[in-house]
Amino acid sequence: MSTAGHGAAVRIESCGKTFADGTRALDPATLDIARGETLVLLGPSGCGKTTMLRIIAGLELPDTGGKVLFDGKDMTLVPIERRNVGMVFQSYALFPNMTVADNIAYGLKIRGVARDERAARVAELVTLTNITGLENRRIDQLSGGQRQRVALARAVAIRPGILLLDEPLTALDAALRDRLRGELNRLLRALGITTIYVTHDQAEAMELGDRIVVMRKGAIAQIGTPREVYFAPKDRFVAEFIGAANIIEAPIENGAMILPGGRLPIDGGATIANATVMIRPETIRVADAGAGQLSGTVDSVSFIGDRQRIVVSGASGKPLNVDASNTIQAKVGDRVGLSIAADAVRLLPSEP
Amino acid sequence: MSQKSFVWFCLLPLAVVTTAFFLLPMARLVVAGAEGPHGLAGYLAILTEGRYRATLINTVLLAAATTVVTLIVATIAGMFLQRHRFPGRAVLIAMLTFPLAFPGVVVGFMIILLAGRQGLIGDLSNRIFGEKFVFAYSIYGLFLGYLYFSIPRVILTIMAAVQKLDIGLEEAARSLGASPWAVQRDVVLPALAPAFVASGAIAFATAMGAFGTAFTLATNIDVLPMLIYTEFTLAANFATSAALSVGLGLITWLILALARTFSGSAVAAAG
Repeated sequence: MSTAGHGAAVRIESCGKTFADGTRALDPATLDIARGETLVLLGPSGCGKTTMLRIIAGLELPDTGGKVLFDGKDMTLVPIERRNVGMVFQSYALFPNMTVADNIAYGLKIRGVARDERAARVAELVTLTNITGLENRRIDQLSGGQRQRVALARAVAIRPGILLLDEPLTALDAALRDRLRGELNRLLRALGITTIYVTHDQAEAMELGDRIVVMRKGAIAQIGTPREVYFAPKDRFVAEFIGAANIIEAPIENGAMILPGGRLPIDGGATIANATVMIRPETIRVADAGAGQLSGTVDSVSFIGDRQRIVVSGASGKPLNVDASNTIQAKVGDRVGLSIAADAVRLLPSEP
Repeated sequence: MSQKSFVWFCLLPLAVVTTAFFLLPMARLVVAGAEGPHGLAGYLAILTEGRYRATLINTVLLAAATTVVTLIVATIAGMFLQRHRFPGRAVLIAMLTFPLAFPGVVVGFMIILLAGRQGLIGDLSNRIFGEKFVFAYSIYGLFLGYLYFSIPRVILTIMAAVQKLDIGLEEAARSLGASPWAVQRDVVLPALAPAFVASGAIAFATAMGAFGTAFTLATNIDVLPMLIYTEFTLAANFATSAALSVGLGLITWLILALARTFSGSAVAAAG
């Protein structure tokens, strides 16, 4: 793919954003994105992720003192039309007065690329995004998934240095979203463009991101690879936002947490009067009564198909969610033991 | 009473009113137009008789010019007013839509105050150039008056259309490298096309039929409604005035239908 290697490195330096009405959308943040990297900005709505994307795009100006650099070049005051960024919007923002092919070729036409070359590029992109045959359709004749592909094709047609995606899959239904996520992942790897991807969906973030920036209330909560933010969340917010998590508050004495259902050894534990830990549901094993470190009573069993979610009460202060293999026979009211590896218990800083 | 007959029953008053006040007078007008000394050929006179034809062309050109200029002014103003918040914005919008309430006579009166023999412009030009510029009683004064009462009819429609524009479309075009001019040309104006057709049609039809302003100003110029008035009241030429009335309606309708057809593809695509 000829677009490979066109990526630019991005640096944003103490970029904050305060809107005219005084709302603080983004606290000053500094972030480096390597050439060719896919970085995901993840967080609930209103966390500032879209604002950060729009600052990088050039659609918003950062507050005084903030800087946006592409390959070391200061782009802060360069308007979006001269930043050479490809952008995919949540609403797709396809031009309704143009055909699919005209939409894809629009950026090339603006750049004065000759008709033949435009046609060749469009042909290349419809193949890449699996929309061959739709070139002459009007936008209102397309399904949601097809629109998403057209939007993506249009954004990469100009061989952008940076590809910016603002919740590109959110408008689609769940099954289609899953399929397109995989497709998008292959495409981004093939293109090798620096990509910044905004989403509130942690599954998308996990699959697509080389690194994930978890955001909360206008600030960066954690930056790390998907594995890092999943297994080693910095705080309770990240732990609960990424995947399912059991958050337990209890005292730790001599490296073991004191719980109603028993003593739970943890890694590197000193003595803490009021500790908060996280345990992922899939790291807890259901054992026979009496085995394992903790014991409790089965509260409910939900068979999901590939696994079952068992809720066990009495083991800790509040019921524990356990993701167990779908072959385990457990009934409501059963006494069970729970076995949890010491390194699966993650100590979190206590909330102020 | 069945559901169907109930619906027909409810439609009865409408049918009566339509027949009594719309269809019957219209039919009578059409018949009257053919009752002159030349019979049906009276209708042809609109096109063959020099004075009528000149008036017709005058009227169409004036209405067309009014529509085009109104669309330009109202689009720029409407887009600005919809996209910006500033002190006095509500007052400005109210002022711009105020002329909706004025009868044509008042609009004519205002044009005379502005550009008439004792008008503001004449006064100023007299002081500066030693010459009085007076154009209230010409086609320019009429044009200004039509513009004045056409803008409010268009600006509200444009503002509503601008409000519905997806800002994302403009941002997408910019991200692809489009300059502000290109964004307007390729994205904004096509998206506003349906509003242009709808509000432009109203402006055009209103300008074609406007009487009060013309009556107040038009001593030197003939527009079709004035011609109908003079033929009807002064010359008591019922057949000709009826034929001219029917002609005015038909020609306006025809031009609007043409405009709609030509812009139809653009409107459908932008819809």
